Amino acid sequence: MSTPDTFSGYERRPSVSAKGPALTDDLRAIWETERGLVGWLATVDHKQIGIRYIITAFAFLMAGGIEALVFRLQLSWSNLKFLNPEQFDQLFTMHGMTMIFLYASPVLSGFSNYLWPLLLGARDMALPRLNALSYWIYLCAGIFLYASFAIGFGPNVGWFNYVPLAARAYNNGPNIDMYALGMILLGISTTVGAINFVVTFLRLRAPGMSINRVPILIWGTLTASAANIFAIPAVSLAFLLLWMDRNTGTHFFDTTAGGSALLWQHLFWMFGHPWVYAIVLPAMGMVSDGLPVFCRRPLVGYSVVALATVATMVLGFGVWVHHMFATGLPGVSLSFFSAASIIITLPSAVGVFAWLATIWTGRPVFTTPFLFFASFIILFTVGGVSGYMTGSVPVDWQLTDTYFVVAHLHYVLIGINVFPVVGATYFWFPKFTGKMMDERLGRWNFWTMFVGFNLGFFPMHISGLLGMPRRIYTYSEGMGWDWVNLITTLGSFAFAIGVLLFFWNVLKSLRHGVSAGDNPWDAPTLEWATTSPPPPYNFAVIPTVASRHPLWEDRLERNPGAIRSETGVGMRLTYGREALGTTPLDATPNVILKMPGDTLVPLGLALAMTVIAAGLALTNWWIVVVGVVFTTASILAWLWPEAQLGETAELSEAGHG
Amino acid sequence: MAKPVIRLKSSLPVGAMDTRASGWWAMIFTVFTEASLFAYLLFSYYYLAVQPHLPGTFPEGGPPDLTLALPNTVILLLSSVAVGWAQFGIEHDSKWRLVLGLGIGAILGLVFLAVQYFEWAERPFGLSSTSYSSLYFVITGFHMAHVMVGVAMLSALTWWSHKGYFNSRRFAHIHIGALYWHFVDVVWLAVFFTFYVTPLLGLAS
Amino acid sequence: MRATTLILVGLRSAAQAAPLQYLSGAGEKAAPVVSLTWGVMAISIAVMVIIGALLVAAIRHRPPLTWVKGEKAEVLPDKGGLNWLWIGAGLSTLALLFTVVWTVRVLADIEGPTHKPAVTIEITGRQWWWQVRYLSGNASQQFLTANEIHIPVGQPVRLKLIGGDVIHSFWVPQLAGKMDAIPGQTNETWIEASVPGTYKGQCTEYCGVQHARMALLVVAQAPSEFQAWWSHQLTSPSAPQGSAMSGQQDFQMHCGNCHTVRGTEAEGTAGPDLSHLMLRTTIASGTLPNDGPTLAHWISDPQSYKPGSLMPAPMLSGPELADIHAYLKTLD
Repeated sequence: MSTPDTFSGYERRPSVSAKGPALTDDLRAIWETERGLVGWLATVDHKQIGIRYIITAFAFLMAGGIEALVFRLQLSWSNLKFLNPEQFDQLFTMHGMTMIFLYASPVLSGFSNYLWPLLLGARDMALPRLNALSYWIYLCAGIFLYASFAIGFGPNVGWFNYVPLAARAYNNGPNIDMYALGMILLGISTTVGAINFVVTFLRLRAPGMSINRVPILIWGTLTASAANIFAIPAVSLAFLLLWMDRNTGTHFFDTTAGGSALLWQHLFWMFGHPWVYAIVLPAMGMVSDGLPVFCRRPLVGYSVVALATVATMVLGFGVWVHHMFATGLPGVSLSFFSAASIIITLPSAVGVFAWLATIWTGRPVFTTPFLFFASFIILFTVGGVSGYMTGSVPVDWQLTDTYFVVAHLHYVLIGINVFPVVGATYFWFPKFTGKMMDERLGRWNFWTMFVGFNLGFFPMHISGLLGMPRRIYTYSEGMGWDWVNLITTLGSFAFAIGVLLFFWNVLKSLRHGVSAGDNPWDAPTLEWATTSPPPPYNFAVIPTVASRHPLWEDRLERNPGAIRSETGVGMRLTYGREALGTTPLDATPNVILKMPGDTLVPLGLALAMTVIAAGLALTNWWIVVVGVVFTTASILAWLWPEAQLGETAELSEAGHG
Repeated sequence: MAKPVIRLKSSLPVGAMDTRASGWWAMIFTVFTEASLFAYLLFSYYYLAVQPHLPGTFPEGGPPDLTLALPNTVILLLSSVAVGWAQFGIEHDSKWRLVLGLGIGAILGLVFLAVQYFEWAERPFGLSSTSYSSLYFVITGFHMAHVMVGVAMLSALTWWSHKGYFNSRRFAHIHIGALYWHFVDVVWLAVFFTFYVTPLLGLAS
Repeated sequence: MRATTLILVGLRSAAQAAPLQYLSGAGEKAAPVVSLTWGVMAISIAVMVIIGALLVAAIRHRPPLTWVKGEKAEVLPDKGGLNWLWIGAGLSTLALLFTVVWTVRVLADIEGPTHKPAVTIEITGRQWWWQVRYLSGNASQQFLTANEIHIPVGQPVRLKLIGGDVIHSFWVPQLAGKMDAIPGQTNETWIEASVPGTYKGQCTEYCGVQHARMALLVVAQAPSEFQAWWSHQLTSPSAPQGSAMSGQQDFQMHCGNCHTVRGTEAEGTAGPDLSHLMLRTTIASGTLPNDGPTLAHWISDPQSYKPGSLMPAPMLSGPELADIHAYLKTLD
């Protein structure tokens, strides 16, 4: 069945064969990252980068969680003096910044990074070096953002950092400068990561994987990435303009010289609203892919769900003003944005019904991932209806800036990001590590998290309705808030214990987990067609795809003459690191891509950019210049045309490139 | 055995071939994100333009003078023409046209920067005068920074072309760099329109 | 059913004990919003209950499959279930459209008062107190006060909100929704109280370290009482007698740079106008009761109660503080 490679000019007809030990040995030698520190620092393997993203994100989750628990102690009862206002303000700001920027998006990037090539039947992401760069910048930016907090000068005016409070006149220390520069740096990481996902989607799908055959996680991350490409510049710009107002005398936000305080809010929320969809849509995709496995049937309404994902994101660009309803905008504007904010509930609702229908028409398999994925549906609903309530302007004028909004945002963030992420960990941990997580500990984990979360956060709806404002470090007695806050604090601690149980299960299972095998859950998608953990090259031969559920075709497809997906026989692509490029819509092969090997340049570039940020923070122009020089040198080194990558006219021995 | 999904009948190109190169697609989306950045910058201009202004005018010192800006715009457009000519050249395997076109494009880019720097020096206001002055220097400054990056890119491409790296089949780098350069050009048109034309159309106070 | 009633009753009684709650209101601007709030809340609760019930029913609909690791198991065909989407989306659309229409109607209803406002008040949010200026066509009728606003019952009052330093937000839940006070612009809104009483308010836009202690009071009184109050505010407090006289000297010297008392040399505007301090029921921007011991403690050590506030600890001796306190007690 195998056919040899044939060459002509810059073209090659690739050989096709079945999997075999000689092939896997060759591929391993080509793709495996070198052992040792240099290899570890230089790797461009999407699986290693994905794991790093996840671990780093979970570390920030813990940091953000501890920050919250500390200020929850302060708020447990009226008039407590456990924290002073300055400490409280830094803690709640760091908590928001950490969770929203350093945990919520990176953890999804991590899972997507690891899974995408496997789900798409590819050998790697389209731009492996860019992948490494996005991780290193994320790590550097995270450390940078925590640096000022570590010395007691953390950002302290809330994660959305309104001016004039964030301006030099009211905030003279390094707190806000560090926040601004760190965010610009982090924005670069997210943007290049987003570009990588979009290009991978368009170019690296396995032959036959037309766009209506990709898993919903692909749709979720793709949509979020496309949105980020358009939205992130708004916040990066806002922070840069703020840094300039604070350090170079400009007047963008300064009302005494023609600037506008609301300009900040517009720029920030034009980013901020799409962002909150970007940090939940991939997680919703994880549920859309994982839940059906434990219902033993494909997702109901795949096309509708995919369209709803895109629709939610597109509409998400048109509602940012709902964060500004109380700023004195004209009535027409208020009506429009209110209507849009209420209507945007609809595509999300579609998802809820698709998941319910899948469970109803399927047969449940009671495993820990199922518990997380199924419970997510009700948490999503609670978060959704509280959002719907705030969409109505007159109601929002009462609800906004109270704990009702805090309840809403935690139901959507914890319910729609954290719960699916934990479920996704239980689901894909066997694939990543070759071991199963402990089911019994998983039940304890689930129930503690579920009960703790609801005990902690449901009462916030009530304290919000009783008028408790956000961001207050204490409150007087006689406001009616004492008992509600005490229950919230207790619930938060219970939830934290649940999260600790989760981490404990991860660590325990890494050591003692039962061996998983290729496909422990009998799931349908391509990642389960390779070993657990996958080899460095993912697939020994390039799979070809005929449906959304390649590994269920034997049971779903009754017609014996039908075209079937094929994972055992395919193109070999062994002339160095190679991947198959296919057309954007139908995924017909159209190029053999030469993939870059491991290199330290992305790490060097990330460090150089951090040096620029540090120079700006210290307003030391020499440091900035050094950073710029190294940045330029790194980029030149990166982009220098290489014969091996098929970028030059030279025909090299390694099969044309 | 079931029917296979596809049967590979023909050869596939290997490596970074024109618009099949991953780098080309990456540059397209980079252009989208940078274009968004300029959209938000220009949004800031229009938003602040309609705010009440303290004693003084918007634009500060009246509508900016076209004497240098208009020819400078033409210079930048010509540089895009030069780069386009270079692209056309390499598609027909003409290395000298490639090198010459890229080189001229880079030089014209430098001229653009020099003229604009001179314009900056001539302005009656400094960076920290008003919101208008902030917008002027920051937005044109952002554009200049993009031009500088573009000139560096064109210089590298000129050098690589001179070294014979590219031919009529393998020239992805050229197209990727040229795309960025043409984008910088188009952005200038939007910036130019905003600063120099809208005050003449009535967006001033 | 019983559980729901219990919860609702519990909510109502909790609400009455919470001065900043808004599930019931007291004015022409509040009433339509209270109905709408209950309306969307009812829809939300119904949705949560229905989806929860559907989730449980869906899980119990078919017998579960026991999972065995790695074993190929039954896969059900990709059929059915689409009705859920159409019915669900259809019902959701109805509820959402209904809400949009109701919302737009309420917005139109509360955009402006039905009759001309009886009085216009300019309120400037400042870190961390509220400066209040009563406006009038006649300049001699205007006056400044702080933190406690009086309005005539049953008559709309126009408010002009100004951000004095950073963004603050003016909120008296029982009477109206929030409106921000933003530097560089004046936001106009209106309130109306239909029932006489004292309504608590709070700043609701994070404005710095003492955002938590930036409350205010709105006192709605019969129009005749309101007029009397206004006239009294225009007067200077009577000259102090006895020990209060040295108190006045000390006050002017040590407090007059920031505070104003009409008719004296204390003319500072960085802090609240104290001309008729004793007529206010609270101090420290609506967060402390205005009684003897509390006032004495506040002026001797404001930082212990409101750390970071712009009122510094006065470097004064016990007797000096006692004199000032005695003087302040004459400001009615």
